[in-house]
Amino acid sequence: MHELALAESIVDAVRTELERYPGAIPIRVGVRIGVMAAVDLDALRFGFDIAVRESGFPRLRLDARIIPGQVTCLACGVETPAESTVFDCPRCGSAQTMLSGSDELDLDALEVERDDDGTTHV
Amino acid sequence: MTTEQLTFKQKVLAENQRIAASLRGRYQTAGLLCVNLISSPGSGKTALLEKTLEALGQESPRLRVAVLTGDIQTDNDARRLARYGYPVKQITTGGTCHLDGTMIERHLADWDLNDLDILFIENIGNLVCPSSYDLGEHSKIVLLSVTEGDDKPLKYPSIFFKSDLFLLTKIDLLQYVPFDADEVERNARRIHEGMEIIRSSATAPGGLDQWLTWLHAKLAAVRAGEPALATKA
Repeated sequence: MHELALAESIVDAVRTELERYPGAIPIRVGVRIGVMAAVDLDALRFGFDIAVRESGFPRLRLDARIIPGQVTCLACGVETPAESTVFDCPRCGSAQTMLSGSDELDLDALEVERDDDGTTHV
Repeated sequence: MTTEQLTFKQKVLAENQRIAASLRGRYQTAGLLCVNLISSPGSGKTALLEKTLEALGQESPRLRVAVLTGDIQTDNDARRLARYGYPVKQITTGGTCHLDGTMIERHLADWDLNDLDILFIENIGNLVCPSSYDLGEHSKIVLLSVTEGDDKPLKYPSIFFKSDLFLLTKIDLLQYVPFDADEVERNARRIHEGMEIIRSSATAPGGLDQWLTWLHAKLAAVRAGEPALATKA
């Protein structure tokens, strides 16, 4: 259960980013999680609710999504998106497949509210 | 008042990645091999290290080795390992289920890495959380014992995916347990195609020979300039 630590890292990253946008109010943070990242979404959401309570960002919501990996079949070469970590080739049935791009744990969006003139708003 | 999407592309663990990169640079400068041992509690990380330190102590020239060992509570492991005459430090996390870069940095503070050839990091007993945290190591090594289940690589895929080496431990017990060693290897390679696997025993004579050979080969590669690649994280 390291999801609480990850949730705190997400909130910390938002806080650091907002130093560049004084007065902006964060309302949504997007996170992309690969199927191999060893992160449980429900546990992350639970941890985020706790982390955000202490954060001073009462309106900040977590928008976390699991994203598929890319699987290459070593037998026939076909490439397929993989939603799971164990994957047989859908074309030839081989279990000899190589997964890549599946361990992401990335922030990819931050939605904020700002004053129309871009100046500070508290 | 308007809603605005800011460009915000970075790793969730960017701060840990930054520290890991700094550690990696320090290992590189010192010509030091760092390995990160990960398993569930009781798979034999400390026993492996005890026998490894004992074996390395009998070699000539004697390698300069140090150990950071992590646990949630107690310094039992550090006391066990200190008997072999190498520097050992306990990292007690007090509840945290994994080691992170900051803990490593802090506990290395009074060691000169130039005086070391190999740094072993024994992570917290946990097959899940430590896989997310880069410690700047050259290799993550996952241990699984034959008293666990041969389907564990499928159930805990991330650590098998991210480790360079899978050490199957306690193979001296194979005759007593319903564990299929060929099946666990097939399962590990379904998760990590081409993964290196070594069957080992910390109690049977010669049970660590292949592991020691791997370690020396890895050290030679690091000394020859093999970079410590940022681990998949």
